[in-house]
Amino acid sequence: MVPMSEAADFQRAQPMVPRIAHVRRRRHDAPDVWTLELELTDGAHFDYAPGQFNMLTAFGVGEAAISVSGDPAAGPLIHTIRAVGPVSRALTQLGPGEPIGVRGPFGAGWPMAQAEGRDVVVVAGGLGLAPLRPALYRLLGERARYGKVTLLFGARRPEDILFRHEVESWRARFDIDVDVTVDHAGSDWRGHVGVVTTLISRLEIEPAKSIAMVCGPEVMMRFVALALMDKGIGEGAIYLSMERNMKCAIGHCGHCQLGPTFICRDGPVFTFARLRPLLTVKEL
Amino acid sequence: MENLERILSEHPFFAGLDESFVKLACGCAKNVRMEAGQFVFHEGEAADQFYLIREGRVALQISAPGRGASTFLTLGRGEVFGVNWLVPPYRWVYDAKALELTRAIAMDATCLRNKCEADHDLGYDIMKRLMPVLIERLHTTRLQFLDLYGSHV
Ligand SMILES: Cc1cc2nc3c(=O)[nH]c(=O)nc-3n(C[C@H](O)[C@H](O)[C@H](O)COP(=O)(O)OP(=O)(O)OC[C@H]3O[C@@H](n4cnc5c(N)ncnc54)[C@H](O)[C@@H]3O)c2cc1C
Ligand code: FES
Repeated sequence: MVPMSEAADFQRAQPMVPRIAHVRRRRHDAPDVWTLELELTDGAHFDYAPGQFNMLTAFGVGEAAISVSGDPAAGPLIHTIRAVGPVSRALTQLGPGEPIGVRGPFGAGWPMAQAEGRDVVVVAGGLGLAPLRPALYRLLGERARYGKVTLLFGARRPEDILFRHEVESWRARFDIDVDVTVDHAGSDWRGHVGVVTTLISRLEIEPAKSIAMVCGPEVMMRFVALALMDKGIGEGAIYLSMERNMKCAIGHCGHCQLGPTFICRDGPVFTFARLRPLLTVKEL
Repeated sequence: MENLERILSEHPFFAGLDESFVKLACGCAKNVRMEAGQFVFHEGEAADQFYLIREGRVALQISAPGRGASTFLTLGRGEVFGVNWLVPPYRWVYDAKALELTRAIAMDATCLRNKCEADHDLGYDIMKRLMPVLIERLHTTRLQFLDLYGSHV
């Protein structure tokens, strides 16, 4: 067993060299989404903050940026991946025992310290729940540190609801308000139907003492941020997790540049105040 | 009547409406209750009511051949449905079904249209309240139509 600090020091010193992990378990979460449980071959514990991401290597195929979706306080390293292209498809097809490369953790995560003592509104769209899950574990694990906690989750269809059993168990708790909506549903669905912004207009909050964490498709995040502002939450208290194509993940190659900002190094989590001028530029 | 006036003026759709207008509108209103699973109206029928939800939840649905009914919007406390009362040919273009026990105020459409016609100030005020609801629904329908989650994180 390599001491945690030693493993982390190695990663800091050699950020471009992947550590080797093995897939412990693979679970099918939604039609094209899989969750992988990983174990570093050197046995080290993987330390990270909610909202951080890793560069995962499918050997012989390539690397992709993938957020950590597990519990930072415990358990194995967990990633939830949607198969969209060659790398993500190869990653999602890895079975138990197969090797995978891990570089990271990278980036600035969710504002857990700033959220202390405040009401927290977590808004997730589709796979956006995966990068937010570590924040939810932290919020629920250290519940007394935060005010009212609300999770608003929008998915495409009922069968696309990620971490369904977990979302149901959160909904049953008394210390978090959970509301789920889907865009399309058959007549047997008894929950909400409509885009996730409709849940925001129904939200009962004290805007001055609230902070929001938002993750989902960029268009969804833009409208969610505006809806949260309509509710009175300041743009400096609305945090979004951004996605751009990444290569180095350490601010060297410029692939993830958004105006003057490097998503990998300065983000991926930013306030809406910082992102708003950049998000309204059509092409960068 | 007193009670209905209070309920009407407290509903978010009518909140802040001039007291005399509330009285006028109240003449067209009645309390209704729908059981879970009950259809409030069906596509193709005459749109003779406008509904203000007080408690409960209602699903708006469209049926397609071979696909059954799909829900495109659910509405709850403080929201309104049945806006077809305002525009000819005054016909429902979808089904509305209560998902749970729902209490609402039903406004008689002919009565409300006549009052709006007779008193344009009332008509304009109601129009100003309906328009944001319609714009908001159009906007959210566009987002729904973009089908964002399927292909993006
Ligand atoms: C900070 C950060 C965190 C991320 N976290 C996650 C995560 O937790 N889970 C996850 O699955 N993905 C996550 N992503 C996205 C992931 O990195 C990309 O989807 C991945 O790089 C795609 O690589 P690929 O080689 O499989 O596809 P590519 O070859 O890059 O793309 C193939 C096709 O898919 C399209 N495409 C690429 N990315 C996406 C996307 N995200 N959504 C829809 N279409 C896309 C491309 O335009 C192209 O048409 C994250 C990205 C960043 C920057
Ligand atoms: S990925 Fe290279 S600069 Fe961000």
